[in-house]
Amino acid sequence: MGKSSKTSVGSSKSFVVYMKRYWQLYAMLFLPLLYLVVFKYAPMVYVQIAFKKYSLVKSIWELPLADNHGFEFFIKAFKNNDFKYALRNTLTLNLLDLFFGFPAPIIFALILNELCFKHYKKVVQTIAYMPHFLSWVIIYSLALQLLAPTDGLVNMVISKMGFDPIPFLNDGKHWIGSYIGFGIWQNFGWGSIVYLAAIAGINPELYEAASVDGAGRFRKMWHITLPGIKPTIVVLLIMSLGNILGGGFDRPFAFQNNLVMRVADVIATFVYRVGIKGLQFSLTTAVGLFQSVVGIFFLLMANFISRKLGERGIW
Amino acid sequence: MKIKSGADKAWDIVFVIFCLLISLMCIIPMINLLAKSLSGTDYLVRNEVYLLPKGLNFNAYATVLKDPKYIRAFIWTVFLTVVCTILSLTMTTLCAFPLIFENLRGRKAINIFITITMFFNAGTIPNYLLMQKLNLLSNPLVLILPGVMSVYNMIIMRSFFYGIPDSLRESAEIDGATFFEILTKIYIPLSKPVLATLALFYAVGRWNGYSDALMYMREAKYYTLQLLLYNIINNINQVEVATQEGFSTPGLSASLKAAIVMFSTIPILCIYPFLQKYFIHGVTMGAVKE
Repeated sequence: MGKSSKTSVGSSKSFVVYMKRYWQLYAMLFLPLLYLVVFKYAPMVYVQIAFKKYSLVKSIWELPLADNHGFEFFIKAFKNNDFKYALRNTLTLNLLDLFFGFPAPIIFALILNELCFKHYKKVVQTIAYMPHFLSWVIIYSLALQLLAPTDGLVNMVISKMGFDPIPFLNDGKHWIGSYIGFGIWQNFGWGSIVYLAAIAGINPELYEAASVDGAGRFRKMWHITLPGIKPTIVVLLIMSLGNILGGGFDRPFAFQNNLVMRVADVIATFVYRVGIKGLQFSLTTAVGLFQSVVGIFFLLMANFISRKLGERGIW
Repeated sequence: MKIKSGADKAWDIVFVIFCLLISLMCIIPMINLLAKSLSGTDYLVRNEVYLLPKGLNFNAYATVLKDPKYIRAFIWTVFLTVVCTILSLTMTTLCAFPLIFENLRGRKAINIFITITMFFNAGTIPNYLLMQKLNLLSNPLVLILPGVMSVYNMIIMRSFFYGIPDSLRESAEIDGATFFEILTKIYIPLSKPVLATLALFYAVGRWNGYSDALMYMREAKYYTLQLLLYNIINNINQVEVATQEGFSTPGLSASLKAAIVMFSTIPILCIYPFLQKYFIHGVTMGAVKE
């Protein structure tokens, strides 16, 4: 292996002795590392087509550089209205998720922590974890069953009370609300696990001391529990901020329909539609690269700021 | 227990009710779905089904269970999930175990090599072009290999391994045990909680995932259950479905859709409550130690 041992004399002999014992560990690592090389590193080779004119017949090393010093497709992307919408929607939906979805598990954990019936708490937890185990396709079909204009449960109740049905999934603004709402629904229970664990790690003496000093329930929550879980909150906040231009494919794609594409198309679905379906490989690779680079930049920034503020950061 | 003031007791009640409402919010969609799947067509068309089935019948489930398309997709997805989970656990263990040995040469470099993949992802199109190059498009292996190991899960397992006392493996090393024996005879038997957790994570990921099948799979016979469900919900090939199964009334297809959703949800809903104590541990470990 690359590192030479401290004693250079006889190091080749000690290397043989070392390998005699340690070869099994390298053998174990072989397949996992091969997997990473093939499925994580090899695709990076194809990132270069963001700067090149893609053609099916040529090998990717022989492709000619795109115009404008290779940046043609980045320029094209930013002139593309669909991409502009996708970029705006990605940011909007992620910011709304952050604003409404991020505090939800924290609040839920704080409330669960105040429940004094142990069995009841357990049942509530089990039920609250359930949505996390449903796929986004299933969640969307639940949303349809609940929110469809004529035969959805909620609209049936609304019509029965004499109001007009609300187009929860077919009108831009309402769609955003439903999308964010089901995001919270899916994650608030699962997200609370981490905070509950952090709460469990707080020294109980702090609470006793506060009780002696006459602090009530909410003062203890504010002055002991919240500061106690602050490091966890910061770490998860950094990761969310780092992901502000990211986001998965499954959730938006499952929720999209033709009536709301203006507000529902995000970068991941844009890349699928224009790239894989529309075969514009160079353009969409450029978009993906832009997303990755900005994502790393956001992550570094968030980590830097959190360290400046005296928190521990994620590394 | 300390004596509580009146205001404190009032807040206790508020929290209990709040949690009750939250729980109802989680299960009402499922109950509504179950009711629709069991209801008669007439009631569904007239929008009369709320939380209890009306005109109770099992026709929708009978249709699903008689249709080879759903059964096939179900068996295929179960098979995929089992194979992926076993392979993923094996790969994850093989990657995590060697990395806990501090005198493994090159350990730092390997760790960096692994961590980079967490921060930089090549992107959808480069991945797609790679699958094309490897001739994996429409090959059933494409639903297994690309996601066979998650670095995040590997880190969870590694931190669990770190928690096993060094003295155990050191005494085994003195007794002349090979590393492979240490792994299989000491570490794996002690790691059942983390194995259960990661098995659940991998299994849920495979069961619920549909984007890989959507992007890489053209052969309808290899569609996973979730992709089939996606196509049904969005009425892709609607005409074909309607003529094949001979229903044109929206009522029956509504209960059928509901039955299919139930059908593809139930396996996971039956499993996860029993693994609760394990996955709580796993999630916590993943967050505490990066």
